[in-house]
Order: sequence, then C-alpha cells, then structure tokens
Amino acid sequence: MNLLIKGGRVVDPAGGTDAVQDVWIADGRIHKVGRGLKAPAGAETVDATGKVVCPGFIDMHVHLREPGFEYKETIASGTRAAAAGGFTAVACMANTFPVNDNRAVTDYILARAKVEGVVRVYPIGAVTRNLEGTQLAELAELAEAGCVAFSDDGKCVMNAELYRRAMEYALPFGVPVISHAEDCDLGHGAMHEGFVSTELGLSGQPAAAEEVMVARDIILAELTGAHLHVAHISTAGSVRLVRDAKARGVRVTAEVTPHHLLLTDEVVRSYDSNCKMAPPLRGKRDVEACLEALVDGTIDCVATDHAPPALSEKEGEFAEAANGIVGLETAVPLLLDRLVRPGVLDLPTLVTRFSTGPARLLNLPGGSLAPGATADITILDLERTWTVDPAAFRSRGRSTPFAGFTGTGAPWMTLVGGVTVAS
Amino acid sequence: MSWKRKDLLGMQDLDAAEIIGVLDTASSMKEIAAREIKKVPTLRGKTVVNLFYESSTRTRTSFEIAGKWLSADVINFSASGSSSDKGESLLDTARNIEAMSPDVVVVRHKAAGAPALLARHLRCGVVNAGDGAHEHPTQALLDLMTIREKKGHLEGLNVTIVGDITHSRVARSDIHGMRKMGITVTVAGPPTLIPAQCQELGVKVSHRLEEAIAHADVIMMLRLQHERMQGGFIPSLREYSRVWGLSLAKLEHCRPDVLIMHPGPVNRGVELAPEVADSPYSVILDQVANGVAVRMAVLYMLAGSKGA
Repeated sequence: MNLLIKGGRVVDPAGGTDAVQDVWIADGRIHKVGRGLKAPAGAETVDATGKVVCPGFIDMHVHLREPGFEYKETIASGTRAAAAGGFTAVACMANTFPVNDNRAVTDYILARAKVEGVVRVYPIGAVTRNLEGTQLAELAELAEAGCVAFSDDGKCVMNAELYRRAMEYALPFGVPVISHAEDCDLGHGAMHEGFVSTELGLSGQPAAAEEVMVARDIILAELTGAHLHVAHISTAGSVRLVRDAKARGVRVTAEVTPHHLLLTDEVVRSYDSNCKMAPPLRGKRDVEACLEALVDGTIDCVATDHAPPALSEKEGEFAEAANGIVGLETAVPLLLDRLVRPGVLDLPTLVTRFSTGPARLLNLPGGSLAPGATADITILDLERTWTVDPAAFRSRGRSTPFAGFTGTGAPWMTLVGGVTVAS
Repeated sequence: MSWKRKDLLGMQDLDAAEIIGVLDTASSMKEIAAREIKKVPTLRGKTVVNLFYESSTRTRTSFEIAGKWLSADVINFSASGSSSDKGESLLDTARNIEAMSPDVVVVRHKAAGAPALLARHLRCGVVNAGDGAHEHPTQALLDLMTIREKKGHLEGLNVTIVGDITHSRVARSDIHGMRKMGITVTVAGPPTLIPAQCQELGVKVSHRLEEAIAHADVIMMLRLQHERMQGGFIPSLREYSRVWGLSLAKLEHCRPDVLIMHPGPVNRGVELAPEVADSPYSVILDQVANGVAVRMAVLYMLAGSKGA
C-alpha cells in the first residue's frame, strides 16, 4: 500500500520543515518526504498543490460521552466529527457512565473505538473513583490498560492531600495528571465575574476560582515532581502562574480552547446558553493573555474541550443550563481564519500547538512527519471558505457559540495511518 | 407619546424620553384610582397573562389590578419553582401560552434573562416583572414616579441605595433609570454585597452608611434576604441591622426633606427600624399606589397602543 501526497506545502515543525514537498506513505507509515518523489507503480496519488500538509492534529481534551451518554455523543459520531474537523486523534475524558475509573471501562472504550472509531482514541483515566474526589482510582491498572493521562475533568479534586498522592502515585507511569482547575466553592457562578455579570445579574465566578487551583497544583507538582497539565486555561493570572512555574523548571504544561482565545464574556449578554461552559468565557485581558501565551509557548497546545450536551440541557434559562459546547468541527477553521490569516499566529506554530505539542506531552505517536512515523496527516486548504452550521455537524452536539460565523481556511483531508478518514 | 417596543425587559434598554413617556402616562392613569368606578374600557378584549415562577403577592396583585382597571382579562399562571423542576422547559411553557393568544405576558422568574428568552419566542408583548438579580423595570418606573411626585423633578437629585446590591434587580433597574434621568446614584453596603466593578455602572460606591446618606434626597433601602448569612455575605442579621439598618438616630444627620423608600416587603427591624418605616419621611405606600398606575401605563402602551 503506497500513497503519494504531491506538491503540498509540508509544515512539519518537529523536523523544521516548511517547504513544498511530496510525502510518500508506505504501509501506514511515512516512508519519505522530499521534492519530486516518484511513487512506485500502483501507488495512489493525492494532488495537494496549494494545500498545507501537516502531521495529524490531536485534540487532547474531548468528551466522547460513551459509555453512558450516547444520546449526547458516541465514539462513532465523535470520531467522525474529529476527522471532519481535521483531527487524527482524540483523548477522551473519564466522566462517562460508568466513569472510566477502572480497566473494564478503558477496555470497552478502546474496543468500541477499534470497531467504530475513525480516528485514534486515547482514553484518559479518572484520578479518583467515580470522580468523587475521595479515593484514588486504580491508576496503575488504568495506565496498563492504555490510559494516556489521569484527570477528573469536569470536577476539581478539592482535597489537596489526595491530589498530591495522585501525582506521586502516577510518577512511574510517565503520564501527566490533568487538572480541571476550578475551586468549586469559589467557582459556582454561572459566568465570569466582572462588569458583565454585574449588569446581567448573573452569579459570577471570579478568575481567582481557577487561579487558586492552578497555583495549588503547580505547588503540588513542585512538591512531587509530577507532570501537571492544566486543562482549558482561561485567565491572565493562570497564564502568569504557568509562565513563572515553567521558568522555575516545574513540569507543567497547559492547553487553551478556541473559545477562550476568541470570545469574551460580552457574548453572554444574549443570555444564550451556547455561551455557557466551564471555565466561563472571561474578560478581554484574559483573552489577550491567553493569545500571547499561545504564541510564546507558555501554552503548549490547543484543545477543544468538545463537550456535547443534550439539546434539552441547553434549552432554557442561562443559569440553569448545562455547561459545555462542541468544538471538534470548528476549532481548526476558526483558528486558521481568526489567528493565522491576520498573522497573530504563524502556520508552523499553529501546527505545533495542534499536533507536535499534544503528541509530546501525552507521549503519543504522531506529531511528526519523520520517516517511520505513523502516517497521521492533516491537510489544510487555506482558501476554503466556510460558515458554521450546527445542523451540518457530524457530532450529535449542536451547541456552539460560533453558529453563523464565517471564515476562510479549513481542513481539506484527514488521514489516519495513511488511510483517508475525511475529505 | 410614541412607544415602539414590543416588550419591556429592562431600564437599560429605555432612553429618557421613553421613561418620561411612561411616567406621564402613569400620572394620567392615577386619576382612575381616585374614581368611584375604577374601570375604563381601554383594554377590553385584551388578555394579560401573569406568568409568575416566583411567588410575589404584591407585584402580581399590582399587575392584576392594573389590568382589571383597564378592562383586560387577566389570567394568573403560577408555576412553583423552576420550569425544569416540572420537567417542562421555559420554552415549552412559552409555546403553550403563545397558543392561547395573549396580548401581554407579564413574567417573573428567578433566572436572569428568562423574560428575554420568552420575548424572543413570543409574538405578544413581554413585561419583565423581575428576573433573578437582573432587572425589575416597573419597580424602577414606580420609584421614579414617586420621587418626581414628591420632589417635583428628577434631574440633579442624589439617591442612595442601601443594602444587598449584588442580588438586587431593583438596584440595577433603579441605577439605569435614575442615571438616565440625571440623578446621581450612590450605592452603599458591605463590600460582600456590592457586585464586581459596580462603579462602572456609573454610581458612587460607599461602605459607610452615615457618609452615604448624609446628602441624599432619597434613601432607597433594599430588603435583606435572610439566607445571605449562608453564603457568608454577612455574619448575622443582628450585625447587619446594627451597621446597615436605618434608625431614627441615623436619620438625624440627613437632609430634613429626605424621602425613605423601600421596594417591599420590608423586614421591619432588619433594614428599617419600624419607627422609620412609619415616619413621615417614608413614602413606601405611595410607591405601592404608584405601582398600579405605572403598570396600567405599561400594559396600555404594550397592548393598547396597537389599536383594538
């Protein structure tokens, strides 16, 4: 099985490549990258002239909802959404039903993904049993079963001692502990606390609700030597804490979502529950700080926090609506149009944040087009125009604050192991 | 007077001319209350639905009387708790009400933004009768009407609003409405009950009652909800009352013509000493009477001006 992707602009930050080249794939792996490659007889050819060929994008923060919440999303629908959105792999959070806090659930997810998934699926195991924050989950067995990280995402482990023990216990497995940093006492408000919450009369959660936990977890990472990954960072204060910690040599990484890069709490003025998620949309200064950190590398990767809610959970009053929006099918187009086109972020950096960054921090195959690497490839069309139409999503979720947005630049083709899964 | 709005959702949306229009209409409506036969045919054949998700005897009654004096058919629709408790979403309820072809829906809901949600989905007019801690526009209008009656004008006055600003829709609507009418507004309360970036609303913020009320033409005392102790906002009702309650002694340093207002119901002995509530400074019952007139004006402008 040979495939030749011809004439595309190859952007492979891991190899320092940004040039028009051909990519030769053999038996699901990168065989050779170079100019004027001649494919052997019988090879399939893809003309990628004018397109951008990148190592496959990885979304390390996705809620596939299966098992248990198949009415919101399934491994089949979620991975199709991922492929359509330009992702070759996703890491899925543990807040399923039952919770992915034991090997049987991890095995189930991997088995379903093998049968029904169209992109790679990497389960993330729970830190505590049933996400209750009181007793450690069987982390060794979860790691053995294939979990690539541990997280109680959706909930914050409020017990600092237990979190310290989790970080210590996870050390031998070489996987990060992912923190959903949100002090649940300080952070119960319906939206970001600021002038907008004051005007709207909605209960606010201060940026401090996130920052006290980012600070705590950084201190615990320092104490234990564990690799802390901060999920969906959203405030200027958190960014500063991570930047300072990195400068001190603490093993901390961070991700940011497209919505925290592109929207502020101003959009909540519509009382549209599609603008409700955790952490909430923040103020202008926070958005600016996150953007700056994404550019300078303080933030290692972009992740969507794709969290499809049921429609009924979003219909109605803002304060009562569920948190969560979808993101797999909008992330890449939005950042291409809103950040790359205006020159806020250059293309190699975008590829690093979507591919190389998450691959490295989760120790995954991928993130590179070096010979021998698995042929997970995302091809972008920077000229393709789009309009966000939730009715057309592959995801079962429809909830997005970006409905009706238009732009230019989108995924064109997604290949997993050399096989086209979306185009 | 030109009124072009389908809905009345908040004072933030109105401009000064619109506010004056409502106040003038309300003043002319007030004459009806003095008649022996308190009924005019203005809204005959119109239907007003009072959709109250929070119990509120006085606001609901006020709207009901306002509608009835204008000859509208007024239907009270009380729903306990939130819509989701009943397994019916607010939108489902809205669609059901829409099917009954009302002319105006008056809605009170504990969730900020609920009236806006209804207004987007209903063809009829929607009046916000209080949504969470967001707005309560008819309260602000009746407050302005009362102040204008007593003081003869609005511009240039100093109004101090005292108490739980954070959780108060009355405070927000009053602030928006008063500022548009040229009133200088000061809010006062313990810092735990002043919302984030409050001064950006265009008000002065004070943490000392005596200082905040010294030059006030009007003092608006807000009701303190007893459950605020649970959230750690105040240590005790006793301490709150001692520091933030208005007593005759504290009034001694105020202007002799100061007006004391309260949106009701009053917690006697908590935010207001009984002798202050019953003092000549108090215009609390005038507020209640003007409430009916303001709501008549609002119902008329939303349902009547379209022509029957």
